[in-house]
Amino acid sequence: MYFPSIKNTVLSAVVTAAISLFSFTASSADNQSNTQDFQLNDWSSVESASHGGTLYFNTWGGEPKINRYIQWLGKELKKHQNITVKHVKLADTAEAISRIIAEKQANNTHDGSVDLIWINGENFAALKSANLLYGPWAESTPNFYLTNPDKNPAAITDFTVPTEGYELPWGKAQLIFFYDASLTQSHPRSVSNLLQWAKDNPGQFTYPKPPQFLGTTFLKQALIELVTDKQALYAPVKAAEFTQLTAPLFDFLDALHPHLWRKGKVFPNSGTELKSLMADGELSLGFSFSIQEVASSIANYELPESVMPYTLDGGTLGNYSFLAIPFNSPNKAAALVAANFLLSPQAQARKQDPSVWGSSTVIDLEQLNESDKKRFQQKNIPGMIPLQELPPAIPEPHPSWVELLEQAWLKRYQS
Amino acid sequence: MSNTKWLPRLSQIFLYGFAGIIISGLAAVFFPAFGWLPALGGTEFTLDHWIAFFQSPGITKSITLSITTALLTTAISVACVFLFLASISGSNSLIQKFILRLLAPILSIPHAAAAFGFLFLFSPSGLISRWLSPELTGWNRPPDLLTVQDPWGLSLAGGLIIKEIPFLLLVAFSVLPQINVDRSLKLARSLGYHTTVGWLKVIAPQLYPLIRMPIFAVLVFSSSTVDVALILGPNLPSTLSVSVTQWFNDPDLSQRFIASVGAVCQLMTTLVVLGIWWIIEKIIQRGFSSYSVNGEQHRFAVIAAFVGRLSVGLVFIINIAGIFVLIINSIAGFWRFPNNFPATWTATHFLNAQTAITESLLVTLSIAVITVLIAIVVVIVVLEAEIQTKSSRINKFIIYSPLLIPQVGFISGLVVLSIWLNINPNVYLVILGHLLFVIPYAYLSLGKAYQAFDHRWLQLSRTLGASYWKILFRIKLPMLTTPLLSTLALAFSVSIAQYLATQLLGAGRVSTITTEAIALSSSGNRRLISVWSLCQALLPCLIYLLALMIPKLVWRQRKLMQLR
Repeated sequence: MYFPSIKNTVLSAVVTAAISLFSFTASSADNQSNTQDFQLNDWSSVESASHGGTLYFNTWGGEPKINRYIQWLGKELKKHQNITVKHVKLADTAEAISRIIAEKQANNTHDGSVDLIWINGENFAALKSANLLYGPWAESTPNFYLTNPDKNPAAITDFTVPTEGYELPWGKAQLIFFYDASLTQSHPRSVSNLLQWAKDNPGQFTYPKPPQFLGTTFLKQALIELVTDKQALYAPVKAAEFTQLTAPLFDFLDALHPHLWRKGKVFPNSGTELKSLMADGELSLGFSFSIQEVASSIANYELPESVMPYTLDGGTLGNYSFLAIPFNSPNKAAALVAANFLLSPQAQARKQDPSVWGSSTVIDLEQLNESDKKRFQQKNIPGMIPLQELPPAIPEPHPSWVELLEQAWLKRYQS
Repeated sequence: MSNTKWLPRLSQIFLYGFAGIIISGLAAVFFPAFGWLPALGGTEFTLDHWIAFFQSPGITKSITLSITTALLTTAISVACVFLFLASISGSNSLIQKFILRLLAPILSIPHAAAAFGFLFLFSPSGLISRWLSPELTGWNRPPDLLTVQDPWGLSLAGGLIIKEIPFLLLVAFSVLPQINVDRSLKLARSLGYHTTVGWLKVIAPQLYPLIRMPIFAVLVFSSSTVDVALILGPNLPSTLSVSVTQWFNDPDLSQRFIASVGAVCQLMTTLVVLGIWWIIEKIIQRGFSSYSVNGEQHRFAVIAAFVGRLSVGLVFIINIAGIFVLIINSIAGFWRFPNNFPATWTATHFLNAQTAITESLLVTLSIAVITVLIAIVVVIVVLEAEIQTKSSRINKFIIYSPLLIPQVGFISGLVVLSIWLNINPNVYLVILGHLLFVIPYAYLSLGKAYQAFDHRWLQLSRTLGASYWKILFRIKLPMLTTPLLSTLALAFSVSIAQYLATQLLGAGRVSTITTEAIALSSSGNRRLISVWSLCQALLPCLIYLLALMIPKLVWRQRKLMQLR
């Protein structure tokens, strides 16, 4: 009796590790051999080229509900198209953008690490202006007509920038606020009311730290309401006018911060963190960019039923988010098929279901037949905002505002 | 023996390779810091990025924060460890044995998991606040207090201290046999000294030089940690290391240069920390020389002993309570403040995460197995070669250098290098990165056993005509089964806990239990974070358990071969 059990353990460990490593190598070999011979105007050629492909789908990964939805996507695509979906969960979409830029700089033109990316706003503007996107392709996907772009210009305009077929609409978002009726009697119906409310309810409101996107969205919402010249926000920002135009915003924030959670000395890192502070009863007022956030969170035991959603009287910021394919994706066919599937009535209805995700569809329901329309019927569950009660979305400012706003915020409050 | 001449040469190749990787990592970060990185369009040397770096909001606060947390963490940890050792000196060895038993599993808890446990214990809506409320505190809602993520980095230091004290304790226990503690203490006692005071005056100055290097490692680690600072550190601004990591992930190209400046600055910050520590050492040394001969035999003995025991006891309790609170959170249904326990219990968090966990578990384990095996082979070659050539200080320095240089410094350099060489991030790069941290620990752990090995066994075998390989594989290594297994276990837990190397070199495409758990930290979803960090913490524990069990099974009939 000498050593054999250890030897066996070590041996089997080596074999297991070698096999799983081999599968790594095998999948990257797939990438290279995958020839991209398909015609965009012949969708069946795209579908056949997509078979057996591996898709690196890059999305912000901070929300478990969304991650589970993408797991479901993986199962569906495996079943129907034999496409393997690898979900790359980003702490910030910017991580993937920097990777694509670095690949371009390193002359990696056909074996990039990102195949499909969830994107909008300044990230899209950056990639598009640097010619780092594949396309135009969006208008060639069979499901594109469902968005009815003639009636919904938002489906082809991203933060004032025309999409020109370089990205496909995926989700609709709009800023909604929510309050815990068991903890507070009132809730502010405008940004300017918010200041008084925060004074009356000290330490019970905060916003994610910019440049986190929900935090930046809060800044933009406040800016839109407080700025004197709204039109200026929809054109590229002029550095000379920036300070003067944003002065009312920063006056407001200076006044607000002492009444925030932790007196504004620390800010949550994300919208989900904001939400768990609500659930713990630390905050009694919060906000989200996902229209049915409250309903889906109540359904997932993440918020108590005493939390009520509402929108501001003057309307709130809203936008579309999209799917784009980097220029150097080695699996474009698989990316195209996946994007088209994500815009199908089946996938969009599932996405809108508050018990799954609760993200509003970009499909114009008028384009659907009766049976598909039924998929979108709303169940009435606690925390739902009836979509017909939603005020029209205020369009996003030009993307150039984002960077300057974030810089100014950091300079003022982090130094 | 003549056929093993190549061993020292192979060992040198390994060591030079090792040093080469680290040096090129460091160099690669210096060039872009001064503007030179042709792959990203930087073709001339400039100081612009340094100017931009120092103009970025809150940067001096970030640097100061890194320095103060590191010094605070190390000073408190070292003080507690010394007071504790002084307080238990002279007590029966059962206590020491008990503490040693507890140390291994506690040390195997990854930093991130321990930090999450700390967070969920001490945050205003954490377990302690819930248990005390509303009866003792009168709080019906969580108070608006800065107990964690405070701008002064105190909670960050706390989260580090609960990991560094067990580490320093283990190191101290392993070198104490080199000092003749019992005889010195007996002498001190016969001169009328209280045991604790005697220990502090006689043993402490002998112990300190022996654990100086691990203390430096603690300074380096706590001045440059990324994962713990992300979880427990402030964010207005964050510590320097966190800012550097964020710059490396910024979409704006110019930020990559500033990130490199940040990495260089991190190296300098850590140097400053080491420098300040060195000055503190000098001051204490001076003060100590008068303390040791002031003739006081009892003064503060009881208080010192009490503080030592209390602090280490607390550290152990916090570690264990941290795991406990992770378990509760991972199976909690809705849990409203200030209820002591969740209103409902559920397995959904585990079930929902199951697929994702299995997937990254497989990745984590494959990387760990490959890394650990390579590391063990390298370490055995180096140790065998050292028998022939005697170990040099340079070799030791090379092997330990990854623990003495801030990770952000050379790992980010390796990222720059991979961009330069047009290598896509992949799992092999990650394994390489892990090796840089697994090898030093494996060397540390196995080296001790090699030193203690009785070479007369080998002489005996040689006189019986056995070949080198036969002796190595049939006598020496089997006799070293127990230390080999505990080295394997330690190496595994080091590989599993790697965050920065995996995140930066894998560019997010290689997701292990650790990277996933930390990616979730920004979600603030306690349930899910708990599920993932529990898996992260349990994995090394399981492996330690295996390392304990295997010798028991294999050496059923040989009691001495089992782990003490």
